[in-house]
Amino acid sequence: MSSSASEPMTPAQRAIWAIVCLSILVIVVVRSFIGDGMGRVYVEPKPMDFVAEVTTSTENASESTTSWKQVSTVEFDAYVSANGYTNTISWTEYDQVPPRAYFAQEAAGGGSIVLSWPRTIGLWLAAFFTLAIFSFLYRDNPFYKFAESVVVGVSAGYWMVVGFWDTIVPNLLQRLMPVFSKDYLTPGMELPPGGFDPTNLVFLIPLVLGIMLVGRLLPKCGWLSLWPLAFIVGTMAGLRMVGYIESDILSQTKETVIPLYVQGENTSSNFMMIWSTIWASLAQILLVIGVLACLVYFFFSVEHKGAVGKTARVGIWYLMITFGAAFGFTVMGRIALLAARVEFLFDDWMWLIDPMQQREFISASVGLLF
Amino acid sequence: MIRMLENLDRRWIFLAMALCVSVPILVIGLTGVTFPETPTPLAEAFFDEVDRAGEANGRRANVLIALDYDPASAGELSPMSLSLVNQCAQKGHRMYFISLWPVGPQMIEESIDKVIKRFYPDLVYGQDYVNLGFKAGSEQVIKVMGIDLTTEFRTDVEGTMLSQIPMMEGITSLEDFDLIAEISAGYPGSKEWVLYAATQYDIPLVSGMTGVQAPQNYPYYPTQLKGLLGAIKGAAEYEFIVNDYVREARVRSILAANGIDEETSLGLSKQLDQISTWTTSAEAASMSPAAKAELIDVATGATPGEFLEGQRRMGPQLFAHLLMVLLIILGNLVFFAQRRRGGSA
Amino acid sequence: MQILTRSIPLFITAVAGIVMILSAFFPYTSDWGKFAGQFFNILAAFAFVLGGGNLLKLHLKKISDQRPGWAYSGVVLVCFIVTLFVGLLKIGAYPNPTYPSVHFGGETQGSGSMFWWFYEYAFKPLTSTMFAMLAFYVASAAFRAFRAKNFEAILLLGTAFVVLLGRTFAGVLATGWIPPDSAFSGLRLENLSVYVMQVFNTAGTRAIMIGIALGIASTSMKILLGIDRSFLGSGD
Repeated sequence: MSSSASEPMTPAQRAIWAIVCLSILVIVVVRSFIGDGMGRVYVEPKPMDFVAEVTTSTENASESTTSWKQVSTVEFDAYVSANGYTNTISWTEYDQVPPRAYFAQEAAGGGSIVLSWPRTIGLWLAAFFTLAIFSFLYRDNPFYKFAESVVVGVSAGYWMVVGFWDTIVPNLLQRLMPVFSKDYLTPGMELPPGGFDPTNLVFLIPLVLGIMLVGRLLPKCGWLSLWPLAFIVGTMAGLRMVGYIESDILSQTKETVIPLYVQGENTSSNFMMIWSTIWASLAQILLVIGVLACLVYFFFSVEHKGAVGKTARVGIWYLMITFGAAFGFTVMGRIALLAARVEFLFDDWMWLIDPMQQREFISASVGLLF
Repeated sequence: MIRMLENLDRRWIFLAMALCVSVPILVIGLTGVTFPETPTPLAEAFFDEVDRAGEANGRRANVLIALDYDPASAGELSPMSLSLVNQCAQKGHRMYFISLWPVGPQMIEESIDKVIKRFYPDLVYGQDYVNLGFKAGSEQVIKVMGIDLTTEFRTDVEGTMLSQIPMMEGITSLEDFDLIAEISAGYPGSKEWVLYAATQYDIPLVSGMTGVQAPQNYPYYPTQLKGLLGAIKGAAEYEFIVNDYVREARVRSILAANGIDEETSLGLSKQLDQISTWTTSAEAASMSPAAKAELIDVATGATPGEFLEGQRRMGPQLFAHLLMVLLIILGNLVFFAQRRRGGSA
Repeated sequence: MQILTRSIPLFITAVAGIVMILSAFFPYTSDWGKFAGQFFNILAAFAFVLGGGNLLKLHLKKISDQRPGWAYSGVVLVCFIVTLFVGLLKIGAYPNPTYPSVHFGGETQGSGSMFWWFYEYAFKPLTSTMFAMLAFYVASAAFRAFRAKNFEAILLLGTAFVVLLGRTFAGVLATGWIPPDSAFSGLRLENLSVYVMQVFNTAGTRAIMIGIALGIASTSMKILLGIDRSFLGSGD
C-alpha cells in the first residue's frame, strides 16, 4: 500500500491540487475586494499623561519626594505650555476595538479609532505562518522550514523572558537585591525594614546552583551542573514518592474497594428500579473485576498460564477498551485544535464569518456571497 | 475501487479532513445554528461544584483558577475557561488566576478581557479578581503554595505586592481557597493538582482538560476530582449549562430589582420563552417599559459569540468524527480485500 | 574529582529528597520543604536560561560548520535574540500607571508591547497550527493502521467508534430513537460512551495508574538511596 506523500502524482492529481490552491488564492483576492475587505485591526488610542508632584519634607527642606499624577490631555497640554516637558511622562496606549466600532465611527463622521498598521501586518503574518505550516501537508518546503525555525526561536526566547520576569526577578532578585529591584524593576514591592532582610541570604543557594546549572554551557564545566541537577532530582523524587503513594496507590486502591450492590436511581416503576439497580451494580462489579484483571496482566513475575492467563486476558480486553477510548478522545482534541485555526483564518483574517459580532456592518454583505 | 483505495495518496485524506472541518465552520458561522447539547453527569458535577463553592463556609467563595495551557490547546480549552470565568463572575466568586505554564498569563489575560472586562465591567481588579501570573517549577509551585502561597507568589502580574491587594487578605495557603478550578493541557496540569493539592489538602478540585488527558483522569472522579470536562465536548456541555444559568440568574436579578416576588421569579426563570407574554400581564404592571424591554432582551436575546465557541466547534467535530469512522471502515475493507488475496496487510 | 562529581551530588539528592518527604509528614519541617520547593522553582527558571543557551550554542555551531540548512539556524537565532531583546528590555511595554517613571515596572506580557506582538502574531499562530496539523495525521493513521485483526483489535475499534459517535450529535442521530426513559436507554450511544468511560476506561486506567505509581515510588526510593545514579551520567 502506498503511504508516502512524496510519491510522484499523476498529471490529473496535480491538476486537482493546482485547482484547490488556486481556488483558495482566488477566494482571498476576491474577498479582499468585496465589501469592507478583510484582515484589518483597529485600535483606539488612549493618552496616558503624568506630571510630577514634588513634595518637600516639612522637617528637612532638602528632602523631597516625587510622586506622579495622571492628568487629562487638556490639563497636560496646559502644564506643558506653562512648564515645558520636564517633570512629565506620557505615552499612548492602544486598545484593540472590533471593526464595527470603526465602521460606526466612520458612519458618524469621525472619531479617534484608527487602523493599526503593526497589528494589521501582524495579522497577515499570522495568516501566512498558519498557511506556511499547513503547506507541509502537501510536502516539505522552505516556507514550512522558515515557519518552523521562527517557532523554535521565538518559543525559546519567550520562555526565557517569562522565566526571568515572572520568577527570577520577584522570587530571587527582590530578595537578594531589594533596593535595586524596587528602584528599577518592580517599583510596587515593599522594602523590608532596613532595606534588606538577612534571612533572605539563604536565597544565595539557588542563585549559586542556578549559575552552576547554566555553567553546563561552558566547555569542561559540565560537572558543575551535577549539583543543581542532584538537587532537582532529589526534591522531585521526594515530592513524587509521597504524592504518588498517597494519591495513585492508596486513594485509588480505596476507590476500588466499593460496594458491589448499588440501589438504582430510576424509581419510576418496580421494573425500572430493579433494572437500574442491575446496571448500577454491574458497573461496580465490572470496575472491580477490570482493575484486578489488569493488575494481574501487569504482574509479570508469574507466568500467564491457566487461571492467571485467563484473568490476564480479560485484563487485556479492558486495556484495549481503554486505548480505544483514549484514541477517540485524542481524535476529538486534535480536531478541535484544527477547527480553531480554521476559525482564525475565516473570522479574524478573511472576515468570512462573524461569530463574535465583531463586524456587524459587513456580515450581511458576506452572507450574500453564499 | 479497492485498488484505488490501496494506492490512495494521503493528501486526499488531508483534503477530506480539511473540508469536513472548514465547511461546517463556514455554515455554522453564517447561519449561527449549533447542535443542541445534552450535558453529561461530569459536566453537571463541574458546574454544581463551582456553583456551591464557599457555601459551607457561608461566605463569598475564593476560587483559585489555574489556567495551565497555551495557544496550542486553546482550541479545546479556551471555551472552558471563558465559561468558567462567566459562571464565577455571575455567581460573585472571588477569582484568583494563576498559571503553571509560561504562556498561561496570556490565557488569563484573554479570559479577563473577553469575559470580565466585556460582560462584567463592574468587577474591580484586586477586589473581585486578581491575576497572579506564572511561576516556574511545575508541581513544586503547588507544593509551596500548599505551605505558604505568599512566598511563591509575591506580587501580581503588574508587580503590586500581595499585601496591597485587598482580596489577598486572609489568603496564605491553598487551604484558604474554597475551590480550585483548573484547566489543563498536560504537564503540569490536572494530575499534579490532584496529587499535590486535592489529595494532600482535601481541597475540592474541578478540572477541564484536553481530550488526550481526559481518559487518564477519569479514575480520580468523583473523589479526588469533583468535576471533569473532557475535550471540546465537555467544553460545549459546560458552556451550555453556564449559558442557561447566567441567563436565568440575570432574569431573576432584574425581576428582583423590580420587586417581583421570589416564587414568580423562579417560575419565570425556568420558562424564559413565556417572559414576553408575561410582561403584558397584570403581574408585570409594576415594571417600567424600559425594565420590561431589558428583561425580554436578557431572556430571549442571542447568547454572545464568546460563550458559544465550544458549541460551534461541535459542528466540525461531528463531520470530522464521521470521516474518521469512514476512514477506519475503508481502511479495514482494504485490509480484508488484501487478506483474501493472500497479500500482506 | 570523584567527591565533586559523585559523593556531593548523591548527598545533595538524598538530603533534598528526605527534606521533601519529612515536610509532608511533620508540620515542623514544612518550612524546610517550602525552602526546597522555592529553590527548585528558581532553578526551574534558570533551566529556561539553560535551554536558551543550549539552543544558541547548537545553532551557532550549525552555522559555523555551514551544515545543510544552516540558513534556517540563522532564522532561529535571529528570532530568539530579537524575542529575548524585546522581552527582557520590555520594548514598547506600557509602564505601570502607578509608577510611570520606572520603565521596567509594567507588565511583561501586556498587550501592546513588542513582546506581546511576537506572542500574538508569531508564537500563537505557529504553535497552535503545529498542533492542529495532528488532526490530519491522525486521520491518515486511522485509514492505514487500525485493522480489525483479532478480538482485541475489534474491542479497540468498537470503543473508538462508540466514543467518536457518542461524543457528537451523531450519537443522538443514530440512537435517538431509543426512548430516554426506557430500559434500553443505556444503549443510546451518548449514554454508552459515558458507561464505557466510567467503567471500562476507569478500570483500565486505574490499573495503569497504580502500576506507574508503584514504579515512580520505587524509582524515587532508589534515587534517594543512591542506588539509581543514572542521572549523574556515565562513569559509575
